[in-house]
Amino acid sequence: MRYDSLLDSVGRTPLVGLPRLSPSPDVRLWAKLEDRNPTGSVKDRPALFMIEQAEKEGLLRPGATILEATSGNTGISLAMVARLRGYRLVCVMPANTSVERRQLLEMWGAEIVSSPAEGGSNEAVRRAKALAEEHPDWVMLYQYGNPANAESHYATTGPEILEDLPSITHFVAGLGTTGTLMGVGRFLRERVPGVEIVAAEPRYGELVYGLRNLDEGFVPELYDETVLTSRYSVGPRDAVRRVRELLDNEGLFAGFSTGAIAHAALGIAARAHQEGRRADIAFIVCDAGWKYLSTGAYAGTLDEAEANLDGQLWA
Amino acid sequence: MSIEVRIPTILRTYTGGEKAVEGSGATLAELIDDIEGRHSGLRARLVDEKGLRRFVNVYLNDEDVRFLGGLETAVKDGDSVTVLPAVAGG
Repeated sequence: MRYDSLLDSVGRTPLVGLPRLSPSPDVRLWAKLEDRNPTGSVKDRPALFMIEQAEKEGLLRPGATILEATSGNTGISLAMVARLRGYRLVCVMPANTSVERRQLLEMWGAEIVSSPAEGGSNEAVRRAKALAEEHPDWVMLYQYGNPANAESHYATTGPEILEDLPSITHFVAGLGTTGTLMGVGRFLRERVPGVEIVAAEPRYGELVYGLRNLDEGFVPELYDETVLTSRYSVGPRDAVRRVRELLDNEGLFAGFSTGAIAHAALGIAARAHQEGRRADIAFIVCDAGWKYLSTGAYAGTLDEAEANLDGQLWA
Repeated sequence: MSIEVRIPTILRTYTGGEKAVEGSGATLAELIDDIEGRHSGLRARLVDEKGLRRFVNVYLNDEDVRFLGGLETAVKDGDSVTVLPAVAGG
């Protein structure tokens, strides 16, 4: 397939069947390979939409500085787009993210401000908001509250999935900014009666939940729980186990957030099979495993992998 | 048999530092009331007059209770309940 530029090639990713992990011909699993995007993750879609929207609104002018709180993939996608469009990018990122993410960000020319591991992305968001106040000329795209994030999935990911799988019964994705679930979820609900929209939320080690008090908790402004049918919390052990099953059974090399999503999707598949219901379950492969090899969680026993991910923002 | 309730670091001041406590009840609301009897003050951190507090997530066997029956979700012996603060991802 031919495109005029790299940015034109964002999206239109393959949806591949997983015949070995699907329980029967009536209950099928489908993986949307978002790692095939230019920087290797689903975040290329919202990054491009958020920057183009800010350009349309006149917020971003040549040479402008973009600011974003990100645990990695959004920053990497923004860095690529910013480089091509001539913007400077400053990313606030928690210290407990993989070394590959940092190197990739720097490679595409982003500047990184580290936030403490304690408090995870909450703390990064807080720091970024403080920086935005100090630098009123910087443009904070704010993926957690920017409607263009969800819109990118409503306009592209959702239609692609429905075109490839008109018989879809379930859509499963990760819950971070909530952009994928809100955008694809709304699109499918408007067109597929009874479709179930399922969130898989990573459950991290205790360090990541190290708030000083509960009022410092965070719910993204984009989140609307009425779009979801159910929401599951998935720990690192199940995520690692499913990453290995995807590799062993289907040859698919995915990151750990995808492992968490696959865990929820396989649970739904098993239940549908047990209850004798037909199901076509599509789930998002957020990224491949390359950026996480240094965690050590692709080798050794499940116990070792789980220990290696403890305290990491693994999804 | 009873129901295990896992408590996040930030609320362990109410459980004497315990990571998990046990309780009983037919619904999540009853379970929280039962635990409140031994760990006074915990309930007010989880629930306000409108239901579960905004930044508190409660999972019954890994499923968010807001998509089950909220505080009226049925629970039974052997279940595992996990309380977590809402945090950012992405």
